[in-house]
Amino acid sequence: MANVPDNLLYTADHEYVKRGAAPGIVTIGVTDYAQGELGDVVFVNLPKPGEKFSAHQAFGTIEAVKAVSDLFSPVAGEVVEVNAALDADPAVVNRSPYEEGWMIRLKVDNPADVDALLTPAAYRTQIGA
Amino acid sequence: MSEELKRTPLADHHKALGGKMVPFAGWEMPVQYPTGILAEHKAVRTGTGIFDVSHMGEFEVTGPDRNAFVNRVTTNDVGALDAGGVQYSAILSPEGTFVDDCTVYRFDDRLMIVVNASNRAKAWEHIVDQKQAGGANIRLRDISDDTGLLAVQGPKAEAMLQPLASFPLSSIGYYRCATGKLAGVGCFISRTGYTGEDGFEVYCRWKDTVALWEACSLAGATPIGLGARDSLRLEMGYALYGQEIDETITPLEAGLAWIVKLDKGAPFTGLPALKAQKERGVTRKTVGFKLEGRGIPRHGYPVWFGGKQVDQVRSGGQSPSLGYAIGTTMLPAHAAKIGTKFEVECRGERLPAEVVRRPFYTGGSVKKGA
Repeated sequence: MANVPDNLLYTADHEYVKRGAAPGIVTIGVTDYAQGELGDVVFVNLPKPGEKFSAHQAFGTIEAVKAVSDLFSPVAGEVVEVNAALDADPAVVNRSPYEEGWMIRLKVDNPADVDALLTPAAYRTQIGA
Repeated sequence: MSEELKRTPLADHHKALGGKMVPFAGWEMPVQYPTGILAEHKAVRTGTGIFDVSHMGEFEVTGPDRNAFVNRVTTNDVGALDAGGVQYSAILSPEGTFVDDCTVYRFDDRLMIVVNASNRAKAWEHIVDQKQAGGANIRLRDISDDTGLLAVQGPKAEAMLQPLASFPLSSIGYYRCATGKLAGVGCFISRTGYTGEDGFEVYCRWKDTVALWEACSLAGATPIGLGARDSLRLEMGYALYGQEIDETITPLEAGLAWIVKLDKGAPFTGLPALKAQKERGVTRKTVGFKLEGRGIPRHGYPVWFGGKQVDQVRSGGQSPSLGYAIGTTMLPAHAAKIGTKFEVECRGERLPAEVVRRPFYTGGSVKKGA
């Protein structure tokens, strides 16, 4: 059963958003359900700090042995940090999607956008968990 | 697509093992089990894996003209096989392109042609047409529905299977087969495979497939799905129908001239076309490449050379054993050399690639030669 932590927010595209790194900064990655569906992750292509994305815009790609998926920005904002460790060890996304497998940190344009994301309960319903 | 998927005798077993079932060539097959494709890949490279490939098609040819007939429908030389011999071969169209690639088994009293599941109906039709055209005294039987097939592959395959076998497996040479019992199940066993590792392909009665699988599992073989089957064969540069070979590609272009015996003395379908092509020279050739840029080449991605799109990625992916991205494509013949640089367009970005030698992976345990 896919793990859906209660302290995160989610998107219909199977990304999660974690608050608390710093005011106005969120950490973004893919959910445990997403990594399970993708299978072994072999490559993650991420943007550079300073790049800006609108909500639902693709900010990168994640590739598993048999699948490729775009990564969509849950909210509008500017990339302030990317997880460089994924370059050398993309499989960390499978092992630890919510901790070491995070992808980008985003400075959110409008903090209220985050409140509009899916709650854990809503996301659980979506994935049938 | 609404057509119901066919199921091998092991479909419920795959599900019970947590296999992720997908449609493949009209069959419901496991693409991977819960440990994932990379772990399965590694299990075959270092231990023993077991694959359910019962979806493959098998045709039996009996009758006095059987050898001459199969020599006429396949490209390799059946005359070079003795009883117990196996060869990789092809069935061609009149244009010399692939109807299918296949394996031919020669027994004392019959031959067996093993074809891809995706091509079973088409290959069967083609062979039946040949019989009607040629008037051979043979009997053709599609035995696919009564034939289960398991591949047991890996450096430890022989040691693992031996305790189950009624005879010494070491007596089976590379691309040889023998009839005997495994776990009390009557079967024939060939030292063949699609992984680059030592190992066997075991043909049994459809109804015995589950018992054979269970015995192998109990003996320690790891179940392997289609995902790792593909990554293993790609590392070896083995052709997959629909990717490296298809109805537009000839064996000479695909680097498979070695399975085409132009001078075997039997006029097989496609022979005149191939002779003419050999004389003219091919204009394009299949190559293996290593992607130099950051990305994963996938089937269908555009391939650029000399400012033009020359082909697409035929097969591609991250090589689990090598740790970098590899693939196959076709380049103009003059450029199809080790070291040629070209570009692969991965998701809108042209990344540098270089032609490298195949097999990509050379560490396998496959035992060639007698």
